[in-house]
Amino acid sequence: MNNAILLASGTDIDIMVHGLIPYEVFGQTCWITTTHVCVLIVMIILIGFFIAANRKIKHAKEVPDGFQNVVELIVEMLDNMVKGVMGINSAKFANYISTIFIFILMSNISGIFGLRPPTADYGVTFALGVMTFCIIQFNKFKHQKVKGVLQGLCDPWPIWAPINIISEVAVPISLSLRLFANILSGTIIMALIYALLGWIATFWPAVLHVYFDLFSGAIQTYVFCMLTMTYINQACEE
Amino acid sequence: MNISGQDLILACSAIGAGLAVIAGIGPGIGQGIAAGYAANAVGRNPGAKSDITSTMLLGQAVAETTGLYGLLVAILLLFVKPLLW
Repeated sequence: MNNAILLASGTDIDIMVHGLIPYEVFGQTCWITTTHVCVLIVMIILIGFFIAANRKIKHAKEVPDGFQNVVELIVEMLDNMVKGVMGINSAKFANYISTIFIFILMSNISGIFGLRPPTADYGVTFALGVMTFCIIQFNKFKHQKVKGVLQGLCDPWPIWAPINIISEVAVPISLSLRLFANILSGTIIMALIYALLGWIATFWPAVLHVYFDLFSGAIQTYVFCMLTMTYINQACEE
Repeated sequence: MNISGQDLILACSAIGAGLAVIAGIGPGIGQGIAAGYAANAVGRNPGAKSDITSTMLLGQAVAETTGLYGLLVAILLLFVKPLLW
């Protein structure tokens, strides 16, 4: 980290992704980074939660108690959210939307627990954007057939096709950049505050964590899923 | 004072980063307008408050994107330093 630029920094400011283990792919050196580790931690927590939820639901009781209540609440909330936006298409996509919702939410709020949020790495959010892009294009070809897609590309006149193609490709990029930049800015601001205040900052920035990690993270998760649903819904129109 | 070319590029990068985050003005105005109209709508129709709030948040998040692009340019200039490569 270059302290000449960040004049305010008392100690080292650590906002970067660090490489841990190098490996070679086609002569290029790639790295297992801290992001991989953070994603793995989030995944292990989520998989543990899901296995526990699965066990609980298999032996579900007539009158739900404690943990079963929480699981049912989460599933119902996500189902209602998807149903409210997608209508009749909701049954097919509720799984995908709920999965990315839970994953992005856990990734965003993992900053509270001292991890560097995995979504503050463009590799993670771009992968999410590409997944959404593939689903959008697949459904477009499925519902509108090749002819409809070509007609959509040449919308007012065929000469506009390049612009339409650019606007198609811009969808995953803007989706992923929005999530990435929001979480990264939160991470940077928190790191700057911690570095600026030194040991004083050990206790009180909890309030800022609530805003930058919890509130901002939850809003961005919601927005990512809403936009994904809207785009998929558009693609599903005949 | 002796200023090397590298120092000059770093200083100009810092100035450029500062200029790039001026992009935040537009989304600020846009989000304010969206929130103002949302408050107006809730005043007219308090029953639809949750729908209005979610629509407002979605619109604000989309409007925020352009400001975030400016922020990204600033972050790239400060931390990645593409001009020094």
